[in-house]
Amino acid sequence: MAKLSKEKLARAEMLSSNEDAIAISEMNKWFGSFHVLRDINLSVKRGERIVVAGPSGSGKSTLIRCVNRLEEHQSGKIVVDGTELTSDLKNIDKVRSEVGMVFQHFNLFPHLTILENCTLAPLWVRKTPKKEADEIAMGFLEKVKIPEQADKYPGQLSGGQQQRVAIARSLCMRPRIMLFDEPTSALDPEMIKEVLDTMIELADDGMTMIVVSHEMGFARQVADRVIFMDEGQIVEQNEPEEFFNNPQSERTKLFLSQILGH
Amino acid sequence: MRNVSFVRSEMLAEQTPPLTSIGVIGWTRENLFNGWFNSILTIISLYIVYSFLSFLIPWVLTPTWKATSLNECREINTALTGHHSGACWGVITERWPQFIFGFYDRSILWRPILVFVLFLATIAPILFERVPRKLFLLGPVFPFLAVWLLWGGSIWSPIFSFLGLVLGYLVWRSLKERVNAVILLLSSIGVPIIWWMFLTEPASGLLAEMIPYEIQVLPSRDFGGLLLSLTIGLTAIFCSLPIGIFLALGRQSDLLIVKVLCVWFIEFIRGVPLITLLFVASTLLNIFMPPGTNFDIIMRVVIMVTLFSSAYMAEVVRGGLAGLDSGQYEAANALGFSYWKAQRLIIMPQALKISIPGIVSNFIGVLKDTTLVSVIGLFDPIGLTTVVLADMRWNGVYWELNVFVALCFFVFCFSMSRYSMYLERKLRKEN
Repeated sequence: MAKLSKEKLARAEMLSSNEDAIAISEMNKWFGSFHVLRDINLSVKRGERIVVAGPSGSGKSTLIRCVNRLEEHQSGKIVVDGTELTSDLKNIDKVRSEVGMVFQHFNLFPHLTILENCTLAPLWVRKTPKKEADEIAMGFLEKVKIPEQADKYPGQLSGGQQQRVAIARSLCMRPRIMLFDEPTSALDPEMIKEVLDTMIELADDGMTMIVVSHEMGFARQVADRVIFMDEGQIVEQNEPEEFFNNPQSERTKLFLSQILGH
Repeated sequence: MRNVSFVRSEMLAEQTPPLTSIGVIGWTRENLFNGWFNSILTIISLYIVYSFLSFLIPWVLTPTWKATSLNECREINTALTGHHSGACWGVITERWPQFIFGFYDRSILWRPILVFVLFLATIAPILFERVPRKLFLLGPVFPFLAVWLLWGGSIWSPIFSFLGLVLGYLVWRSLKERVNAVILLLSSIGVPIIWWMFLTEPASGLLAEMIPYEIQVLPSRDFGGLLLSLTIGLTAIFCSLPIGIFLALGRQSDLLIVKVLCVWFIEFIRGVPLITLLFVASTLLNIFMPPGTNFDIIMRVVIMVTLFSSAYMAEVVRGGLAGLDSGQYEAANALGFSYWKAQRLIIMPQALKISIPGIVSNFIGVLKDTTLVSVIGLFDPIGLTTVVLADMRWNGVYWELNVFVALCFFVFCFSMSRYSMYLERKLRKEN
């Protein structure tokens, strides 16, 4: 236990010396007249792993979708890798090419094979030569342990395999930050583990990650910080140990008792 | 106490189904004689089919192919059966070239035939994957070549018109990296249009004087029959799909003005009968043109039919777009695809696949709607039947002419329908 916390301490020290990968300050967002994100302040260090939890409708998905501009924020500031997100299309393109995203429902392209899914963006957005793109894609498919499925179509794969392909597809663009929007909540229990294992491996490689998830085991094992959101606000954030063992706010306690209670 | 415990000690082997449920016997039982009520229905249906065919087959199979007038047909039929009911096919033997080529000069029929063959060669690589890809090169050349071969005239006008296309491509290529998408689109469409409107004619006229080479000119009024229907129908089909796609995208656009224009265009065209548009094309359009311009009647009709079908096409494509999961757009955005690249590589391939049945029935509808041009005095196959009936010798052969025209259209429409089924099957296999 002592050794573990020493490791953690070293890691925390290392992180604090890193520069910010994402810096969000005083950010607000509305859907129509509904105030969905309220005064969000959050900075993510390079290499840091953050798990965002909270009840549905608390704005956690919207938060990470703002980071790569799938949603537009109305006030405040979001800086990703030194680039501020404004309506400037060039900045948006730049940020999107740095940030990979994995969705709850995988969102693979059903009309393309697994390999084509992985090479499409490198070929057309990055203008990588075909041979090189294929090699990169096969490399990442091996990393997520499904190179043998390369010529199949997404519809022929299980949910867990599809989600791993989706991760590989994002990685093919060589992102420096990965966003995960409830990556396991559409999966059968038997398949959750294979996806989490892939994500853990990715974390071990030093990827900066923000994961919206209710997988508390994953949060304990991997996260540097757990953020709890409710009603569009960050209610509590802490290291996983402290967050789970010693939650401060009543709302967090209630939430934890509900998801850990059975 | 109840004992609910059960453990299977060995798994069951697979068995063959009973004989009465498979093979011919199984099929007949399942589909024709499934219960007493269905058996009676089967027998009644068979009787109806029999009585229909026993009337139709003798009517069709009459040895009248060589007759030269309706009266001669009647004599042949009376001699054979005692009464003169029976088809009179002599009219088809005599008039079929007219139904296919209209009044096109008989000495140069090779020209439309060549155009048709070239057309097949042009669309072959689009339709089938196994056709050599090099045939795609015919695509940009074909329209100009076809117009020249069909209407004739100086060789320089198709060449200079084609140069307009080349010009547009060059503009697009040189500006591609430098300006934004809207300016790029406008300039690479605008430059060729200016070229075609102001420069093509004088330039080609000049060269035609210096190096004259021309083939016999055919006026539009000589066009008729299937040649006319296919010229109008196929041009409209091939132009309306891309226009329809852009209209559908425009209708969903965030740009307010583009959206309003597209919605109004689509709703206006769909709210107006095609015949009205054709009358506008044949009479009113000349009023709006500067005096002295002679805008070809077939060209005007083609434009109207194209606009008409592209409005319907837009709605069919919009249906396909609506069938897509919004996650596809999000994934494309998250991977950094621009709007147009996402449309081309991710959205449209899926949306068009969903819309294939709608698109093809639209195509078929367009081809059949071309028969409406008989109303404004063009001689499509339906219009030609009145010409033939005006001949004293053939006055009264309605059925045979209409059956023949119907068959001609059926060949084209049915092949389109079959092709769409083939395509759907092929694409379904893919995923």
